Amino acid sequence: MQLTLWTYEGPPHVGAMRIATAMRGLHYVLHAPQGDTYADLLFTMIERRDRRPPVTYTTFQARDLGSDTAELFKNAAREAYARFKPEALLVGASCTAELIQDDPGGLARALELPVPVVAVELPAYQKKENWGAAETFYQLVRAFAGRAAPVAREAEAPKRANILGPAALGFRHRDDLREVSDLLARLGVEINVIAPLGASPADLARLPQADFNVVLYPEIAGTAAAWLERKFGQKSTRTVPIGVGATREFLAEVAALAGIDAPPAMEEASRLPWYSRSVDANYLTGKRVFIFGDATHALAAARVASRELGFEVVGLGTYSREFARDIRAAAAALGIEALICDDYLEVEAAIAAAQPELVLGTQMERHTAKKLGIPCAVISSPVHVQDFPARRSPQMGFEGANVLFDSWVAPLMMGLEEHLLGMFREDFEFHADAAPSHLGAAAAPETAPAPAPVLAVAAGGAQGVTWAPDAERELRKIPFFVRGKARRNTESFAAEKGVVTITVDTLYDAKAHYAS
Amino acid sequence: MSAAAATVRPEAPGGCGAAPVQQERGQREVFCGLTGIVWLHRKIQDAFFLVVGSRTCAHLIQSAAGVMIFAEPRFATAILEERDLAGLADANEELDRAVERLIERRPEIKLLFLVGSCPSEVIKLDLSRAAGRLSKKLMPRVRVLSYSGSGIETTFTQGEDACLAALVPELPAAPADAAPNLLIAGALAEPVEDQFARLFAAMGLGPVSFFPPRRAADLPAVGPTTRVLLAQPFLAETARLLEARGATVLTAPFPLGAEGTSLWLRAAADAWGIPAPRFAAATALPEQRARQAIAKSGASLAGKSIFFFPDSQLEIPLARFAARECGMRLTEVGTPYLHRAHLAQELALLPEARLVEGQDVDKQLDRCRETRPDLTVCGLGLANPLEAEGMATKWSIELLFTPIQGFDQAADLAALFARPLARRARLEV
Ligand code: SF4
Ligand code: SF4
Repeated sequence: MQLTLWTYEGPPHVGAMRIATAMRGLHYVLHAPQGDTYADLLFTMIERRDRRPPVTYTTFQARDLGSDTAELFKNAAREAYARFKPEALLVGASCTAELIQDDPGGLARALELPVPVVAVELPAYQKKENWGAAETFYQLVRAFAGRAAPVAREAEAPKRANILGPAALGFRHRDDLREVSDLLARLGVEINVIAPLGASPADLARLPQADFNVVLYPEIAGTAAAWLERKFGQKSTRTVPIGVGATREFLAEVAALAGIDAPPAMEEASRLPWYSRSVDANYLTGKRVFIFGDATHALAAARVASRELGFEVVGLGTYSREFARDIRAAAAALGIEALICDDYLEVEAAIAAAQPELVLGTQMERHTAKKLGIPCAVISSPVHVQDFPARRSPQMGFEGANVLFDSWVAPLMMGLEEHLLGMFREDFEFHADAAPSHLGAAAAPETAPAPAPVLAVAAGGAQGVTWAPDAERELRKIPFFVRGKARRNTESFAAEKGVVTITVDTLYDAKAHYAS
Repeated sequence: MSAAAATVRPEAPGGCGAAPVQQERGQREVFCGLTGIVWLHRKIQDAFFLVVGSRTCAHLIQSAAGVMIFAEPRFATAILEERDLAGLADANEELDRAVERLIERRPEIKLLFLVGSCPSEVIKLDLSRAAGRLSKKLMPRVRVLSYSGSGIETTFTQGEDACLAALVPELPAAPADAAPNLLIAGALAEPVEDQFARLFAAMGLGPVSFFPPRRAADLPAVGPTTRVLLAQPFLAETARLLEARGATVLTAPFPLGAEGTSLWLRAAADAWGIPAPRFAAATALPEQRARQAIAKSGASLAGKSIFFFPDSQLEIPLARFAARECGMRLTEVGTPYLHRAHLAQELALLPEARLVEGQDVDKQLDRCRETRPDLTVCGLGLANPLEAEGMATKWSIELLFTPIQGFDQAADLAALFARPLARRARLEV
């Protein structure tokens, strides 16, 4: 039994949903109780998807247990097929259904639907979201590419690659994909299939037609890529192109796989190297940085931070236990000890102990950093609505490296500004109670003495109004971020009505008056 | 202000005469009762909620809480692992250890709820026995109780019902000859509680207590002279247990909107024999203020159609408010569960609409698309997809997290419905 407050990864069936939702023509029938439908909001709210994930939940209840949960599953699968007419059905169980052992795969096959059924077994009490995504993707690739024979290709034809890994709810996957697609196009490499994002089951069947695979996110595509290599001899890229150095290496790797002798120069839009060398960036030297995230992004961040921005990496860790070895090796090379852990409180303690000047982490570390008053940039899942910016904001490629420079350096600069602001706060231009905004809890809490019970309305000057003590108390119950407005509105309302003492009723009269 | 407005009474409940209710069974798109923890832990400020469940349960609460990530929230999940499934004896031992660690780290906890989930119930981990065992060990420092928030037993707000029901046996007994006392059941925002307390004081009605209390030690007493006014429509089990303790549950509409609030207050006033003028003196002004504010903030709603997906059991009172005080046209009103006795007066007030109990989400989406309502009240999973299809939506969960009860919040409630429409009217993109 593990005591958890916040988790880095959801259950493995959420990983399966990330694959199903990324693809086209696939429908996932999930044996699960009603509450598990919360997972839809991850896609519709956090990622702002414009349609529901292609998932039907059986939503069995206690009264169904032991009697007809299997029948319920069959009905759900039958109806889902009839309604959505997918090219293939993915079926599986969530944690609760795993315990009742209904065998979704067998049940779905017994229906003899006219489309293939792929069953995934995701042990919910052992595994987690990323593993679930990888396993599901692998099972789908196996199911649809498995029977294909490799195609003989003409020797002079341009080389073709698959791009594997981008999924739904991924950290900047949409933008990374575009960046990497551009890089491949400029190298003259043709893209065969991109999967899972936007791929249909029929597209998966075409995977063997590529010469090699570009693996963007090993957490998701690693298992499938290894199988494709075993089965079809397709080699995979090993370098994830995050940062300038890694992008150069990635291009060299792709060129080697594609048999391209002299890859064209394509660094004209790369600004990180110059920005990092400009005198302005001098103050970044040796900044202590703590890095935590999924393995792919943590490894990349460590490399960029130490070799491209001149930071001092004082902490490196991941919640992806599957990749612990890689992280340990990278940490050892930096002369520090790796943190392999999925307890955010332990990560918090490690951050506090390392005393970094910058945290590169997940949304969880963003909160920790806020609490500790340390600037932070988010580099990895678990995602938050803010991790889906409207603008393009890749992490990969040369443009991605530019984005890293901006988004890691900005919080440091902000921190500096706030600090200066704090120093000068006694000056008359600054509100005495203006607190640094972005540092949240680290800023002075509202411990300032309660406002004097008697206040004069500044506007007009002529009329003075006072707050009755109970009205003043009532006002303080209003959240601080709208309290100022409530106070102003009530006072001008009182002045307008010639009310001398503001009572609780005046407060609510004013509220009603300004209601809109 | 018309004094009559304050004293509008509903006709006797319609019973069989009430509109027929369509039953639907199929895929449900609702949260489970665990979600209630998100607001309950804020309400009872020294209580801790320990879910005994799976990674899914932890992820659900985290996702439902969304941005409301607190440094040290007063809830957590004890995630069952492979070896806990192997033997219940070990699972119990593990649970005891997890609780001990927790109590050690959080000495301020006075009340600990062990919250059951689907997995804990399917493997038959008996949390009420565990709570008894742990209570014995930890009392008087910490009281340990248990309830089910599982998705196989509870839907969304039923989690609050189950939590309060678990607290009822803990309430001290009021003596049989105690003065009549009023118990308001159902979690309300503090300013709303304070407003109600002031209104009852103004009409000379008391003592009044609120359940759940803000602190675990302040559990109100209950006995044969206790009258209960339900502040929320989803408290079936809590009400039943309070009745079993001798209390009388007053029937009333729910305190949403000026009308609902007035009738709700009136139900208590009648039970206390408060003369009409005294009631009017206490409530006429705020009621009139509420009506005027609604007229303003809800002005844009008149004649607009509204469609409710089943979610919180608040749907019927909300529909009644939308129709009668904002002039909206009801299309479909879905509710996950309909408690006919507690909603009798609401149903009597409700204009005609298609009432649906239960859910088959795909069929309901078909009906919604066919109806094309001006506003759809639905859960977070459905809102953006419907918006993308050109329909304005209001997230139902916001109606649980925002104070909407009482006179001075009535206009806020109308504004919650009006804002999506106002926004669409502004946007030119
Ligand atoms: S429905 Fe059941 S398994 Fe799912 S989150 Fe709720 S309690 Fe946990
Ligand atoms: S449930 Fe009540 S209202 Fe409905 S038919 Fe039966 S008696 Fe009539």
